[in-house]
Amino acid sequence: MHNKNKKMETQTIKNKKTATKVTEIISGSEAVVRCLIAEDVKIIYGYPGGAIMPVYDELYKYRDKIHHVLTRHEQGATHSAQGFARISGKVGVAIATSGPGATNLITGIADAQIDSTPLVCITGQVPSHLLGSDAFQETDIVGISTPVTKWNCQVTRAVDIPAALAKAFYIARSGRPGPVLVDITKDAQFEEFDFSYEKCTKVRSYLPVPKTDIATIEAAAKLINEAKKPFIIWGQGIILSEAELQLKAVVEKAGIPAAWTILGASALPTSHPLNVGMLGMHGNYAPNKLTNECDVLIAIGMRFDDRVTGSLSTYAKQAKVIHFEIDAAEVDKNVKTDVAVLGDAKASLELLLPLLNENSHPEWHQQFKDLYAIEYEKVIKGDLHPTKEGLTMGEVIKEINIQSKGEAAIVTDVGQHQMIACRYAEFNKTKSNITSGGLGTMGFGLPAAIGAKMAAPEREVVSISGDGGYQMTIQELGTIFQQKTAVKMVVLNNEFLGMVRQWQQLFFDKRYASTEMVNPNFVAIAEAYYLKARKVTKREDLKEAVAEMMASKEAYFLEVVVEKEGNVFPMIPSGASVSEIRLE
Amino acid sequence: MSTEKQLYTVSIYTENNIGLLNRISAIFQRRHINIESLNTSSSEIEGVSKFTIVVNMTEVNIKKIIGQIEKQVEVIKAYYHNDDETIYQESCIFKMKSDLLFDERQIQNIIKESNARIVTVNKEFFVIEKSGKKEEIELLYRELRGFGIMQFTRSGRIAVTKEEMKISILLETYNN
Repeated sequence: MHNKNKKMETQTIKNKKTATKVTEIISGSEAVVRCLIAEDVKIIYGYPGGAIMPVYDELYKYRDKIHHVLTRHEQGATHSAQGFARISGKVGVAIATSGPGATNLITGIADAQIDSTPLVCITGQVPSHLLGSDAFQETDIVGISTPVTKWNCQVTRAVDIPAALAKAFYIARSGRPGPVLVDITKDAQFEEFDFSYEKCTKVRSYLPVPKTDIATIEAAAKLINEAKKPFIIWGQGIILSEAELQLKAVVEKAGIPAAWTILGASALPTSHPLNVGMLGMHGNYAPNKLTNECDVLIAIGMRFDDRVTGSLSTYAKQAKVIHFEIDAAEVDKNVKTDVAVLGDAKASLELLLPLLNENSHPEWHQQFKDLYAIEYEKVIKGDLHPTKEGLTMGEVIKEINIQSKGEAAIVTDVGQHQMIACRYAEFNKTKSNITSGGLGTMGFGLPAAIGAKMAAPEREVVSISGDGGYQMTIQELGTIFQQKTAVKMVVLNNEFLGMVRQWQQLFFDKRYASTEMVNPNFVAIAEAYYLKARKVTKREDLKEAVAEMMASKEAYFLEVVVEKEGNVFPMIPSGASVSEIRLE
Repeated sequence: MSTEKQLYTVSIYTENNIGLLNRISAIFQRRHINIESLNTSSSEIEGVSKFTIVVNMTEVNIKKIIGQIEKQVEVIKAYYHNDDETIYQESCIFKMKSDLLFDERQIQNIIKESNARIVTVNKEFFVIEKSGKKEEIELLYRELRGFGIMQFTRSGRIAVTKEEMKISILLETYNN
């Protein structure tokens, strides 16, 4: 009955009352592609290999429906899918073969897990009769990926593929998003079955968004209305639930200064008068200092990461803490809350808004302004308007701000350039800051920028990397060349692993162990991929070079040689209190 | 909330899923928490599995662990209880030489007094089974040790709680 080479379509009456159901006998591999199409997936990132070849064969047949991007390494596939997801709010898809293909996905999956990025990863697996036998390119990817996925499973029968993928997409995107992995044995890809696809809308054991208790909203409103020094700290939850307008309304109505975690950046425009800057280790001076002076701390869609809180025993002890959170496991995990509002940020803020009194707290705002003035004198002025020789990272970011008019999506890697970019980038639009926050994955930036540009071709996407992280995934220049992806790439080259070097300077008596980099000719490498490229070493050339980059209709690589031993300040030393933030 | 370590019985209702044991044990492993005992079985609800895990830790930390367990997609609900809030049992079996039954008369008394029972006897060996609290089992072990134990195995704790566990109601609310 199951003819392997011929697709069979027969009609059977399934339900007498309604319509006829088309029986469609297709292979498991074709089913994979059909499921992706049903989920409205148009771009996927991946790398072929033995155990996933049947799916690639179907991708070839359906190439007019799904654009497969061949990255140069599977890590690039996951990071590209992440960049895609972060700028679009949609699920990113990565695909790889078994064994090394699958293990190479792991860094990106772990990054997506800790940064709550919706990803569906599909891996091929050795045929089911070989499972457990140490077959060629066999690895227990379900076991390996378990601690870093929101959910994962292995499919050994074609008939299980549609339900597994439907569940995968649902779990990845719902509630607190995250990466999922579906491992499909090669025999399941070849096997034929009667295909039908139904989107998943619930999983019995899974409650994506906890019910919001209105009493908690009322308790939160009461605390906020009574507060003299209320302070909002928001995270990526605002962006994930698309609560930007609700956040703005709450901030404005109650007159509350608001600061952001690195992943929350761009949810409220940088220029908004109540946006008081970045929290955490290299965040702004005022929001860190005043965390320990506010009387009500209102955390929204953030998880009190240690890079934000510093020492927990001295964190906001004077304040009543309100935590708006979708993930119940985050409540009281790091910081004990007085009022926990479970639920979706957008819905909760909509309920909160009418209960808030109008307020302005001018004296409290003044405290932020006073501390900003100190930070400006000690740090910002020197970063953005340097008088010394040697370009600073800050002035490069400032030039990109000016020339992109704050409209660009900034994709950063990890390290000093990342902190500087997040501190100084001006964001007018949400979903404009794409970076590796929780995992701190060097090499994230370049491939993530590819995914971001493909998801939002109408947007200017500027990738900013250091000379270290750039070389961790530099092979993705090949993807940019082949795909003609018009990303703008900036490498801020200080010939050091700068952040580690800074720590060595401050905490290890300047013993620069393995942080000095002897670098290649970056321009020549970009040019070897036939990309436009330029190198800037002098301040007087910066403006013009950035202008040339921004004007380019195609991909453009710009290397800026910056001062070798620049440091990022302010800084909260590891394990210190937020109020011990150092300006020098 | 208590910051003293004590024994907690963790009861986890889950879907019957192959990889779930890994996911759950990894949550304890990450925080370096030693699992004292672990038992998995079917539960009172058809198609729902139950993990019974005993750990020694503070209430502050067990609450965080429970949150991270419940967060797993295929976990329906997790609870923690102390010993006063549960009725619990362990079980053990001893394999001993059959000669002892005739040569060492007090063995029969030990078996009787400890409420153990003989499961099987043959020419070479006999098998004793005993259910009870950990201390009772340990006492029996100490009493029999002197005679020479050929094999000994103790099970993990199984427990029911005094509190009602409304899993069926919960499943209904999830599905509406």
